Amino acid sequence: MFILEKRPTPSRFWTAATPVLAVILTMIAGGLMFAILGKDPVEAIRTIFWDPLFDPQFASYSRPQLLVKAGPLILIAIGLSLGFRAGIWNIGAEGQYIMGAIFGAAAGLAFYPSENRLIFPLMVVAGAFGGWVWAMIPAILRTRFRTNEILVSLLLVYVAQSLLASMALGALRSPEGGGFPGSRNLSQWPASANPELIAGTGMHWGVVAAFIAVIASYILLQRHILGFHIRLAGEAPRAARFAGVNPNRLVVLCMGISGALAGLAGLFEVTGPAGQISIDFNSGYGFTAIIVAFLGRLNPIGILLAGLLMALTYIGGELAQFMLGLPSAAIQAFQGMLLFFLLAVDMLGNYRIRLGFGRAA
Amino acid sequence: MTGTGEVLLRVEGLTKAYPGVVANSDVSFAVAPGEVHALLGENGAGKSTLVKMIYGLVKPDSGTMTLRGAAYAPAKPGSARQQGVAMVFQHFSLFEALNVAENVALGMQHPPRMRALASRIRQVSQDYGLPLDPDRLVGDLSAGERQRVEIIRCLLQDPKLLIMDEPTSVLTPQEVDILFQTLRQLSAEGTAILYISHKLEEIRALCDTATILRRGKVVATCTPREKSARDLAEMMVGETLTPPARSAKAKGAVALEVSGLSVRSPNPFGTALKNVSFSVRKGEILGIAGVAGNGQDELLLALSGELRTARDTIRINDAGCGDAGPNERRRAGLVAAPEERLGHAAAPDMSLTENALLSGASRKGLVSRGLIDWAATRAFAGQIVDRFDVRTPGIWVAARALSGGNLQKFVVGRELSQAPAIVVVNQPTWGVDASAAAAIRQALIDRAAEGAAVVVISQDLDELLEIADRFAALNGGRLTEPRPTQGLTVDEIGLMMGGAHGMEVAHHVHP
Repeated sequence: MFILEKRPTPSRFWTAATPVLAVILTMIAGGLMFAILGKDPVEAIRTIFWDPLFDPQFASYSRPQLLVKAGPLILIAIGLSLGFRAGIWNIGAEGQYIMGAIFGAAAGLAFYPSENRLIFPLMVVAGAFGGWVWAMIPAILRTRFRTNEILVSLLLVYVAQSLLASMALGALRSPEGGGFPGSRNLSQWPASANPELIAGTGMHWGVVAAFIAVIASYILLQRHILGFHIRLAGEAPRAARFAGVNPNRLVVLCMGISGALAGLAGLFEVTGPAGQISIDFNSGYGFTAIIVAFLGRLNPIGILLAGLLMALTYIGGELAQFMLGLPSAAIQAFQGMLLFFLLAVDMLGNYRIRLGFGRAA
Repeated sequence: MTGTGEVLLRVEGLTKAYPGVVANSDVSFAVAPGEVHALLGENGAGKSTLVKMIYGLVKPDSGTMTLRGAAYAPAKPGSARQQGVAMVFQHFSLFEALNVAENVALGMQHPPRMRALASRIRQVSQDYGLPLDPDRLVGDLSAGERQRVEIIRCLLQDPKLLIMDEPTSVLTPQEVDILFQTLRQLSAEGTAILYISHKLEEIRALCDTATILRRGKVVATCTPREKSARDLAEMMVGETLTPPARSAKAKGAVALEVSGLSVRSPNPFGTALKNVSFSVRKGEILGIAGVAGNGQDELLLALSGELRTARDTIRINDAGCGDAGPNERRRAGLVAAPEERLGHAAAPDMSLTENALLSGASRKGLVSRGLIDWAATRAFAGQIVDRFDVRTPGIWVAARALSGGNLQKFVVGRELSQAPAIVVVNQPTWGVDASAAAAIRQALIDRAAEGAAVVVISQDLDELLEIADRFAALNGGRLTEPRPTQGLTVDEIGLMMGGAHGMEVAHHVHP
């Protein structure tokens, strides 16, 4: 029988090692699943983790995709991680992401077809503002009326999706689109385009913003008193109040930051890889970022690595579907396993496992 | 009382080691039927681990126990209870939103019908002089009454051995007397009692035998009535104790003035403060007594700034600050140390360095333009550890890894190291071993001698009588008029604290 024994001080080694262990366990369990589905597990795992980066046939296409996909995931997850650390659960980043895209695109399209160089910066500000506004709704409802921010932020995702559909079909629909839904192509309008900065890398402004967010959040959490208060509020709310933290202010701040970063991610996506506001330009990054935030242990560096890993499973998953005919549900189950194993081995940081034998009662 | 060589429980060579510490090492003693047996020792001496092994919560590494001559090795508390061993914990496990009978039923494996249970509770409570209404909500009960729920919960099992862990820490002196009468009655009926405490006078008044533990080992077994409290203390601590030294000094101007303070508790079962008024001068220690749950937590929150009130109800050095937050008050010179060490005064999973920053940031200038000066913070944490003799492997250790006494020294040290003008502490030595408690009291006295106004909220009357210049008591959220400590009798103090909470007649029927 296994006995869990609480460690007096959390283990630094295991805190760092559990994500690696979780990835290994996911490979084993996922390999079993693929074997049951009648595929060669080694080949499936290789197709997901290795081929996108190193296969001569696919790497030229999928390598840049890594940063394209990881950028928004990391940017959103960094914002979420601040709130999660403080015990503030913004589950609605997907909605804030959509609203950032709508606000940013609308602000730019208002000046179409001007070629003013200030249009893109204006869109960036508007995108962050759109995400921030959408996050302020659950934040203010929580601080004023003690509503649950999990529910409110989640439900606002569906409102944002409906708004997106309405925008793509109505107000923002391209007049030259021949009646098809979707806005003008923002990536082809030089004033609003978010191009690939270095050819063949997938690096665009959103990826740059993600790297800046990683560094800024690292400094905030390690060196800034606000970051200390965020950690304190999450670990010991009463001690935070004793330290002089105003919990309501913290809710507004954390929701605001995560909303603004999600909005930015939306704007960079819609002006770059997606190219236009369309009914389904959002590919669930806002929800996947929650997994990325936890996979990265709410740590900025961890999130950077987790974002890249998650992007890899997406790209590799698509490749596996295409090459091996794996059902997409199997790929999703595989990604789900990753989160499951991460949570399951999470307690190793705080507990040690001993072998022991209980006596009969 | 004590049987003729008959033994109820015999413990032989019990050893239990945790990573890094040996909690119990080769502990042996025996309890006879009807004997009141004290387990005496400082915090960390291994008393709790020992009784947890007897109660089946912890499995010993080696050693044996026999109960009524038969091998006894409970795997869980349920089997200990089946064999007649019951325990009243220091911290109650009661649901405030349920009534007494429901709480009792929750602890039973096969609870009878509610009505039958209620009448049994009434019967037992009458038999043992512990009046208790089974229909009352636990949230409305005083700490003493809650303890009665726990005791009656045990008595319903008709135990042969009753373990009581520091039962008097939540009682007024009058309530202590009533509890002792109940325990003596139980003992006369043949129930053995294992009584854990570090209060020496109580042990001398109540117990037949005392086993004294120090650092996990039995250092002496004696008859407490034949020893002086000082002898017992020195056996327990293993060194000579010096009572705190005070020098009489003229008091200065009023530093903290509270007038007409009324606030609601943030906790639904808390106690609102009602029109609390007092003032403390520089160099003076005001002791505030009271049974737990009479507004102590709320008073600390209102003084620390975690609860806010009208500006002029609290004045620091003649400036109104009732509406100021904790950090503004710290800058004004008021520091506070809450009762709950883990989770309120300190963050359990954070290092001592981070916990030093928690309340030291503003007065020690550890943050400039929002950026934390970690080098200065580490130096501050190290200084606390050195000056207040906090025993820890290092300042990187998580707060929860420290023993209660060491963490308390750290928390009190952290506040006193900020050169405060006003110090407010709640339960500064609760659950702290004797030598650490003496050090903390001395530090408070020293800080007062340096000119600080000190407010000590405590349930430990001996402590308050030892260090306070003036004395007041909280009772139901009201504060009595502060009186000079010198010349107060224990009876007067008991009445200030609310007497026996309507229990005066309890034992007249059953002498």
